[in-house]
Amino acid sequence: MNYFPDEVLEHVFDFITSHKDRNSVSLVCKSWHKIERYSRQRVFIGNCYSISPERLIARFPGLKSLTLKGKPHFADFNLVPHDWGGFVYPWIKALAKSRIGLEELRLKRMVVSDESLELLSKSFVNFKSLVLVSCEGFTTDGLAAIAANCRFLRELDLQENEVDDHRGHWLSCFPESCTSLISLNFACLRGEVNLGALERLVSRSPNLKSLRLNRAVPLDTLQKLLMRAPQLVDLGIGSYVHDPFSEVYNKLKIAIQRCKSIRSLSGFLEVAPHCMSAIYPICGNLTFLNLSYAPGLHGNKLMKLIQHCRKLQRLWILDCIGDKGLGVVALTCKELQELRVFPSDPFGAGNAAVTEEGLVLVSAGCPKLNSLLYFCQQMTNAALITVAKNCPNFIRFRLCILDPIKPDPVTNQPLDEGFGAIVQSCKGLKRLSLSGLLTDQVFLYIGMYAEQLEMLSIAFAADSDKGMLYVLNGCKKLRKLEIRDCPFGDAALLEDVGKYETMRSLWMSSCEVTLGGCKSVAEKMPSLNVEIIDECEQMEFNLDDKQKVDKMYLYRTLVGHRKDAPEYVSIL
Amino acid sequence: MVFEKDLNLDATELRLGLPGSSEESLRISNKRALPDMNDDSGVAAAKKCDQETAPPTKAQVVGWPPIRSYRKNSLQTKKTEAETGGMYVKVSMDGAPYLRKIDLKVYKGYPELFKALEDMFKFKVGKYSEREGYNGSEFVPTYEDKDGDWMLVGDVPWEMFINACKRLRIVRGSEARGLGCVV
Repeated sequence: MNYFPDEVLEHVFDFITSHKDRNSVSLVCKSWHKIERYSRQRVFIGNCYSISPERLIARFPGLKSLTLKGKPHFADFNLVPHDWGGFVYPWIKALAKSRIGLEELRLKRMVVSDESLELLSKSFVNFKSLVLVSCEGFTTDGLAAIAANCRFLRELDLQENEVDDHRGHWLSCFPESCTSLISLNFACLRGEVNLGALERLVSRSPNLKSLRLNRAVPLDTLQKLLMRAPQLVDLGIGSYVHDPFSEVYNKLKIAIQRCKSIRSLSGFLEVAPHCMSAIYPICGNLTFLNLSYAPGLHGNKLMKLIQHCRKLQRLWILDCIGDKGLGVVALTCKELQELRVFPSDPFGAGNAAVTEEGLVLVSAGCPKLNSLLYFCQQMTNAALITVAKNCPNFIRFRLCILDPIKPDPVTNQPLDEGFGAIVQSCKGLKRLSLSGLLTDQVFLYIGMYAEQLEMLSIAFAADSDKGMLYVLNGCKKLRKLEIRDCPFGDAALLEDVGKYETMRSLWMSSCEVTLGGCKSVAEKMPSLNVEIIDECEQMEFNLDDKQKVDKMYLYRTLVGHRKDAPEYVSIL
Repeated sequence: MVFEKDLNLDATELRLGLPGSSEESLRISNKRALPDMNDDSGVAAAKKCDQETAPPTKAQVVGWPPIRSYRKNSLQTKKTEAETGGMYVKVSMDGAPYLRKIDLKVYKGYPELFKALEDMFKFKVGKYSEREGYNGSEFVPTYEDKDGDWMLVGDVPWEMFINACKRLRIVRGSEARGLGCVV
């Protein structure tokens, strides 16, 4: 291969698209490393503190697309204080100063200021795509800057961000000359939008394939938008409330019928269930349906809708669908691969509408099921064993029993055997989240069988250090381990500190690890940042090594201690 | 202060909770309430530092169940909208072009409710009897309860009814047969 000129190798590398594979290619030899780095356009950084923007720019001068993730996963559940870190500004500043022709930026769990968005919008002439997932720190003013300045913008995709809405004139900031939009998702914005500006924008965007509206967009505007964009492939409906006998509703029915390309449907942020029949004509083609923000849709109306969706591959739904509704899914959606059932009343009186029965029904009816997120009232070992038998193809299996330490209600046993069956049967399992009453035994099974496991989430489980040790010793491909409220202490933490260098990160909160134990890890492994997050600032006054640490987050890094940590974070 | 005792301000004080419940127990329950969505880190930290030894119940464990703040806040907003400003339920009547909404809290009992419905939809409710349901009318009032079942209005005590009722439907004669209407 050394006899080929670089251009040939580059051409060959073009076919290698996965990040993992390209990383492997770069390790083969010096010349491959060089060719790979100059031809690399897309880079994925799973932890923004593992590397610095300067080093990124130095290695990949041809960078066009950057994906960055900031806060640890448990930040989603309020376990990480807001100003912990994950600021994107330094990255944008560094990229702006360099000669990088950034075209795409995808951020998850990062703090994004209006200032960063403005700088982004002004620094990269060819900027095309901005995707923000679970981010915070910006307002609609930042979006206005993106709209106004990114002349060739194709994609603006905002997913579940906390945005301070200054009542959008931001949509009006897209200039008349902007006709390049392919994807626009502003469903997470809570404020009003200029409906006229929205209609005009959609009218002049012939390539628009994905449009997700927020709650402030009423049905009659939806109807007008659909008339102008019958080529849509992905639609997110904002408000779906209207009188079924009105003229507007009739017009909507006609408009929807023209949209023969819609394959993905979401939203219904506000819904009048008796108007759902207008949607039926497009249901037969849907591959993705997300009703997880539509608590108003349940019972018979919901089941009737689902019965029309025979080609569904991914379904996101609320638990008010009930076990009965899941039975309808099992009968109808034979192509189903991914199911997510979210709680509609997470802090309610404890009458979540799905149990193990619904899951068993779906597993029996949908043999292609490979990805699950399931919030339920209860689970039994028998059910999990049946599910494991029916669906050996799980890649992601995330079970959340609303009472985190609930045993099998039939046998009163822990759920060790059930989860054991899952890991034994699903040889390709990459991600697992456990809940319910669990002893060390389940971790023995995980260590033994979960050979492909990359991410494991544990809460309120185990009896002793053995649990954690089984996992660390057994799961060779483990990348992310997050643990809360488990009796794992220093013995487990310190058993094999070298292991943490093979992983992206480890989170432990409300466990038994001590300050001394964490210091020990930091001392032995200079390539790790060991962060102690101490909101009560107890550590300041009490430097006793035997003190238990409330929250510890450690991760491998090439650039040492970060300089932007707030006061209550100590990096050992 | 002396005046407070004489004026019996306690008795007239507005507070959450049933009349007669002691303020002490309310205080404790408020303290253990869910952290305010906008102040998560602060309250969570405060709770940890309090070193309370009572085991947290399901609703009070920080970060459980594990759903994203954005999703939690969305649900919260929807629930608050549903709960503030009275007990509004939708009322539909077979054949009517659109639905109405009424606030159940406004009525003291069934007679008042029926009068309001009769005025709104221009019909007459028949005479209720436990054995036969509503006699003497083509229309029968029914409601959907928390289990999703459709029930005849009037069988249970008023308080029980307004707490269970999710929506009302005034059903036309022939359909009402299964609910005890003799037409």
